[in-house]
Amino acid sequence: MDKLIQLGSEIASLWQKSGLQYLRGAGDTILLAVIATLAGCVIGFACGILQTIPVRQRDNAFKKTVVGIVKAIVRVYVEVFRGTPMILQAVFVYFAIPFFSNNAVRLDVTTAAYLVVSINTGAYMAETVRGGILSIDKGQTEGAKAIGMTHFQTMLFVILPQTLRNILPQIGNNLIINIKDTSVMFIIGYTELFAVHKALVGGNYLYFPSAVITMGIYLILTLTCSLLLRLMERKMDGPANFDVATTDSLAHTSGMYSFVKKRGARS
Amino acid sequence: MSILDIRHLSKSFGKHQVLTDINFSVEKGDVTSIIGASGSGKSTLLRCINLLETPSGGEILYHGENILSMKKSEAAYRARVGMVFQSFNLFYNMNVLENCVIGQTRVLRKKRKEAVETAIRFLNQVGMTPFVKAKPAQLSGGQKQRVAIARAMAMSPEVLLFDEPTSALDPEMVGEVLAVMQKLAQDGMTMLVVTHEMAFARDVSNHVVFMHEGVIREEGDPKQLFAKPQTEEMRSFLSRFREQ
Ligand SMILES: Nc1ncnc2c1ncn2[C@@H]1O[C@H](COP(=O)(O)OP(=O)(O)OP(=O)(O)O)[C@@H](O)[C@H]1O
Ligand SMILES: [Mg+2]
Repeated sequence: MDKLIQLGSEIASLWQKSGLQYLRGAGDTILLAVIATLAGCVIGFACGILQTIPVRQRDNAFKKTVVGIVKAIVRVYVEVFRGTPMILQAVFVYFAIPFFSNNAVRLDVTTAAYLVVSINTGAYMAETVRGGILSIDKGQTEGAKAIGMTHFQTMLFVILPQTLRNILPQIGNNLIINIKDTSVMFIIGYTELFAVHKALVGGNYLYFPSAVITMGIYLILTLTCSLLLRLMERKMDGPANFDVATTDSLAHTSGMYSFVKKRGARS
Repeated sequence: MSILDIRHLSKSFGKHQVLTDINFSVEKGDVTSIIGASGSGKSTLLRCINLLETPSGGEILYHGENILSMKKSEAAYRARVGMVFQSFNLFYNMNVLENCVIGQTRVLRKKRKEAVETAIRFLNQVGMTPFVKAKPAQLSGGQKQRVAIARAMAMSPEVLLFDEPTSALDPEMVGEVLAVMQKLAQDGMTMLVVTHEMAFARDVSNHVVFMHEGVIREEGDPKQLFAKPQTEEMRSFLSRFREQ
C-alpha cells in the first residue's frame, strides 16, 4: 500500500513538472501515426489496384509488358519493406540519401520519420488491399460490367468502396501498430512520446513512474482510435433498418400469375 | 436486319469445347428461350454474347457489326445489351435506388434528376418503389431479382439477357419474377432467356432454342417444339419435366 502511495505521489509530481512534454510527445506520436497510416493507405490502394489489373489474352503485347513490369516493381517493394525491420529502414533512409548524394540532399528527421512509416505501412496495406479486392464476389464485377461500366468505373464505384469497408478493421490495426511502433523512430532522433520518456528518465531516474505515465498515454491513444474506428464502421454500414416508402401501395402480390400468349410465333 | 446475329460461335475452356458452331439470330421484339440440360452450355453462350467470356471462334453481329473486332467499345456495347444474373449481382454498397441510378449517371452520363426519375419508373414497374432505401442484403431473393431487372431496364437496353433468373429463388418467389418478365415481354422488350421454367418457354416466348452438349439441337416455334420434339434428346429432356 505504501508503495502505491509513493508511486502515486511520484507520478503526480512528475506529471506536474513534465506533463506538457509528455503531451507534446503524445501529439507527435499520434500525428505521425495518423498521417503515415493515411499516406500508407493511399500507397496501399495504389499498389493493390495496380496488382489486380486484369490482363486478358486479347490485350496487346505492349500493355501486357508494362503491366507485368509494374506488378513486379510493386512486388519487390512490398517484399522488401514487409521483410525488414522498420528501425533499420529508418536508418537506411536517413543515412543513405546523404551518402549517395554526397551530402547534397539531407532529410530532416521529421521528414525521414514520416517517409519511413508511410512507406512501411504502404507495403502492408498493399497486401491488405490486394486481398480485399480479390475477396469481393466476382458477381459484383460482372454486375457492373453488364451495365456498361469500364474497369476503372467498376473499381471506383463498386469494388473499392466494398474493399474499403472490408479492410477498415485492418486499417485500424495498422494505425494502432503505428502508434506503438513509431517509437523506434528515436533511432534517428525523432522525438515522439517514447523519446520524451527516455529523455526525462535520463535526468530524473524515475523509470517506473514515467513508464506508467507513458503506458497510460499510449493506451488512451489506442483505445480512442479503436473507438473512433468502430464508429466509422457503423457509419459506413448505414442503418440496420430501412424506411419503407409507403406513399404508394404498389407492393407486388407474389405467387399468382397466369401466362397470356404474347403474340404469334415467329415464322 | 437482326439486332443480334450469332454466327459459327464456338467456345472452349482449354481443351474442353463447350460451344460448337452456334448459329441463331434475335429480331426486335423476340422473346427467345434457351433450354437444355445442365452443363449444355447455355450460360456460356449468354456470357459470350455479353462478352463476359471471350468466344474462341465465330462472330457476334450487333446490327451487322462484329463486336469481337471492335474491341474498344466493349463497355458501350454492354450498356445496350443488358444482363440479369441468377445470383442478382446487385451492388452491396448501394441502396436499391442507387443501384438503378449509378449506371445511368456514370455510363449514360444522364443528369441525376432524370436518372432518379427513370429509376423510380422502372422500380415502380417491378413493384419495388417502397424499398428504394433498402440495401440489397435487406431484401428477399425475389425482391433482389426484381431490382436487378429494374437496374437493367433503367439503362434502356435494346436486348436483355437473362441467365436462369429464377433458379436461385425459393419456389414462392419464382412467380413474382416471372410475372415481371412476362410484362416486359408483352411491352415488346427483346429478351433472351436461359430458363428451366418450361411454362415460360412455351407460353411467353415466341422462339425456343434447345441446346445439347454445346450445340443447338432444335429451335423454332415453342408450340410446335413442345408438342412435337424432333430429336430423342429433346424428348428425353422434356419428359423429365412432365414427370414432375
Ligand atoms: N470458366 C470455366 N472454365 C472451365 N469450364 C467451364 C467454365 N465455365 C463453364 N465451364 C464448363 O462449360 C460447360 C457448360 O457450362 P454452362 O455453365 O454454360 O452450362 P449451363 O447449360 O448453363 O448449365 P446450368 O443449367 O447448370 O447452368 C460445363 O461443362 C462447365 O463445366
Ligand atoms: Mg447456367
